[in-house]
Amino acid sequence: MTGDLAAAAEGCHIFSGCGYPAPGLDDFNFRKLFSIGGWNVTKPELIAVLCVIIIVWFFWAAFAKPKMIPGKTQSLGEMAVLAVRDNIVRPVLGAKGDSYMPFLTSLFFWILVTNLMELIPVLQFPSMSRIGFVWPLVGVVYIFYWYLGFRTKGFIGYFRSWVPNAPWFIMPILIPVEILKYVFIQPFTLGVRLFANMFAGHLLLSIFMVATWYLTSLSIGLLYAAGSLFMVFFVFLLELLVDVLQAFIFTTLTATYIADSLEHGH
Amino acid sequence: MSATAVLATQVISVNIGAVGYGLAAIGPGIGIGLVFGHAIEAMARQPEASARIQLYMWIGFALTEALALIGLIAPFIFKY
Repeated sequence: MTGDLAAAAEGCHIFSGCGYPAPGLDDFNFRKLFSIGGWNVTKPELIAVLCVIIIVWFFWAAFAKPKMIPGKTQSLGEMAVLAVRDNIVRPVLGAKGDSYMPFLTSLFFWILVTNLMELIPVLQFPSMSRIGFVWPLVGVVYIFYWYLGFRTKGFIGYFRSWVPNAPWFIMPILIPVEILKYVFIQPFTLGVRLFANMFAGHLLLSIFMVATWYLTSLSIGLLYAAGSLFMVFFVFLLELLVDVLQAFIFTTLTATYIADSLEHGH
Repeated sequence: MSATAVLATQVISVNIGAVGYGLAAIGPGIGIGLVFGHAIEAMARQPEASARIQLYMWIGFALTEALALIGLIAPFIFKY
């Protein structure tokens, strides 16, 4: 931890001539914990590795030895996979989307579990609020739907399918806008949406948590601290919703982009 | 420029950023209201289509919300 949190931990309270140590960008920079061969490992990286272990362990336990009559873990795993299939893949892609199930399911659970790490005490950091974790994910999705577009429609055909049927005089406006949309705006908003939601969520949580500690003093401050503590719980529930929603939206939009690449004609 | 004037400009520049973001959030606010409002209306008219409507509602929500979030992170991107 750096800056403001350290100041808060040193007994910086209200009415003690100490300003509110507002959380900011410093809270997203972590000291290196240890380094392996010149690679500095920080907290977000450790959390990401932990998430991979959790997901792989869970699905391994559920599906390594599948049975006709599922046990407890297998039932849970089947529920998880079916939830993704029935709520995301089937409505967007239809029955042909089943071949993209492994990709979309892993994407969904990877984002969901890393996001939920934001709410677990001690860990309390969503890896996706470092944009370095988001761009590789977006890169994979981007390359994947471009590849699918080229494979289904051919090289020229994919570019042609970007432009919808319209009167010729709109074309000078439409063509640049569509190119900008497919090349730049789609991947940018896909990544920034996830990043900014997690960034704002972590900032919001830390603002109220630091405020609760800062306002705690034997005075009227206790009353303010209680209000701030209430806000911590409120934001906690809000973030629970946002975490699930962002995983859902990222996967749904990925499925939409894939459907866009696969469909013929506009 | 006197010290007070320098201080005043700094304070004002900081506050205008916050006001700017407030103004930028009006559009997405109206947009999200429209998205959910019309989705609820559609679901009330045709409850059997709610699953499909909900899917498009969340997509529309995500696309609208992105504008507000880009406004939120823009100062962090262009800070340096």
